[in-house]
Amino acid sequence: MSDHSAVIFERVSRHFGEVKAVDEVDLEIKGGEFFSLLGPSGSGKTTCLRLIAGFDRPTFGRILLYRQDVSTLPPYERDVNTVFQDYALFPHMTVGENIAYGLMVRKAPKEQRQRRVDEMLDLVQLSGMAGRKPSQLSGGQRQRVALARALINNPKVLLLDEPLGALDLKLRQQMQVELKAIQKRVGITFVFVTHDQEEALTMSDRIAVFNKGKIEQVGSPAEIYEHPATAFVAGFVGVSNLVGGDLAKRMTGSESRFSIRPEKIHLQKPDEDTVPGQIVADGIVRDVIYLGLYTRYLVELTGGGDLVVVEQNLETTSMDVLAARGQRVRVAWAKEHMRQIGG
Amino acid sequence: MLRRLSTTLYQRPRLVLALLLGPPMLYMLVVYLGSLAALLVNSFYRLDGFTGQIVRQFTLATYADLLKPANLDIIARTTGMAAAVTAADALIAFPLAYFMAKFASPRLKTVLYLGVMLPLWSSYLVRVYAWKLILAKEGILSWFINLLHLNAPLDWLLGLPGIGGSSLALSPIGVFIVFCYIWLPYMILPIQTALERVPRSFEEASSDLGARPSETFRRVTLPLALPGVVAGSIFTFSLTLGDFIVPLSLGNSKFFIGQAVYSHQGTSGNVPLAAAFTMGPVVIMVIYLLVARKLGAFDAL
Repeated sequence: MSDHSAVIFERVSRHFGEVKAVDEVDLEIKGGEFFSLLGPSGSGKTTCLRLIAGFDRPTFGRILLYRQDVSTLPPYERDVNTVFQDYALFPHMTVGENIAYGLMVRKAPKEQRQRRVDEMLDLVQLSGMAGRKPSQLSGGQRQRVALARALINNPKVLLLDEPLGALDLKLRQQMQVELKAIQKRVGITFVFVTHDQEEALTMSDRIAVFNKGKIEQVGSPAEIYEHPATAFVAGFVGVSNLVGGDLAKRMTGSESRFSIRPEKIHLQKPDEDTVPGQIVADGIVRDVIYLGLYTRYLVELTGGGDLVVVEQNLETTSMDVLAARGQRVRVAWAKEHMRQIGG
Repeated sequence: MLRRLSTTLYQRPRLVLALLLGPPMLYMLVVYLGSLAALLVNSFYRLDGFTGQIVRQFTLATYADLLKPANLDIIARTTGMAAAVTAADALIAFPLAYFMAKFASPRLKTVLYLGVMLPLWSSYLVRVYAWKLILAKEGILSWFINLLHLNAPLDWLLGLPGIGGSSLALSPIGVFIVFCYIWLPYMILPIQTALERVPRSFEEASSDLGARPSETFRRVTLPLALPGVVAGSIFTFSLTLGDFIVPLSLGNSKFFIGQAVYSHQGTSGNVPLAAAFTMGPVVIMVIYLLVARKLGAFDAL
């Protein structure tokens, strides 16, 4: 364990009655990194965040914040702050009072409070909004206020609980970029909970993929995407074709299971020559979904099994791709794009 | 035919609104505000002392009567009692309401709800008489206090001038206890409703930002629950102001506003003075609400 670890989980479990929401999780988050907890709802990622914040305590195990055991410390004695999913802005206070709250309860002098609030408003590009009430703000603005409020105490770790979930797509993408920029600027460790794999891949330095209270894999976005460790990760992060059993044996000569990303598969004419060393299979295009930028094909293989194939519409039009329905095709991919999957 | 009607109504939402709101509004206007207006008018008449007839001419004489020391004494006593009962009920109700809103399981919450509502199902008169027995000199409460050897503090309490008496049942303390009990549900339910609308994340956010539980309570929970406390206190305050059964059955037979109204409009037939007395609580409540608004009690609504 390095000195730079911001958060360490040591065999942490949190049980709710019979349910093991978090099940013997070991985790190390480095100082200054943008770390995402990714997983479907009920996978334990939000519980882990609440354990770091102190809203909840582990049933077993220890949590360290910068080498200090905080497992039993209440939230108000932990040097972490949270951006809540519903923002949790105090409706009876103005934007300025909301942001200053952390300094006010720490009895910071008034001038310092004023100065810091202005800095924070500047940081989140809401200058001049201090006098408004949260109810007068748009969703995106509330999100920024929540961020400013959580950052004003200069926490060692900032926890973000699906903060972009309530925003529409355009705003969400804009905030993703902005959050990342703010994180770079303030240099604080961000722990970001999301169920959106694209969001996690876009923003994170590293990602932990959660499933059923356990961590399936920890790694950089590229590692998670290109080298999924388990079938769950392969299926949850991006779209993957999982091939095993008979089908795998026919293609590779071995029954062991592998995954192949849809965009790595090429569609060819059935009589086209194949590059030596490639894996090939024949089939019929069962379905075509035109998505503008790219097209998704569902190919039913001769002898059973389906593959999803994605191709960019570089030179094809919607007329061309839709005409492919029902056609015989050959699918091919390079061996190095296949990933052996355990379990 | 029915279809035509429903289409017509669908296309005229204002008509639907008028049909729905019309009857209750009419009722409110005539019966509710009408009686208030009648009260107001009557309070500006006066009773002719010789003939016992009501003189239907505008006069402030009745209000002058109301401001006599004996009557002011009644108003002050009633208002003081109402304030004390309201404060005590708020203090008793808040923890229970908080527990119901934040911690109780749905099942326990139902049980507590029933527990709070249950007294309201039985006659109020019966409950007042039951308390009369509980608080009597040989009643169960003094028996219990005797058992705990707390006679001396009780005697000291009953010896206090102004609020003491020969027994709990015959003292203002007894009246206070019974009022607190009788109106408590009206305080618990609005506070509980207000607290239910405060998401847990608000308190977590406050704690997360470094506030200790007491500070979170003072700066976040209480301000957001204040509309509920004010709503509850309107009930307890105004119900105490207007009640005449409790001070009639218990206490030291010093009049409250309710008793004064009752006796003036009944035995002495002085309806104008009764009406003037009734305007007292109305004015007090209006002042109370204005002050509450000034203090920001409704800001979080």
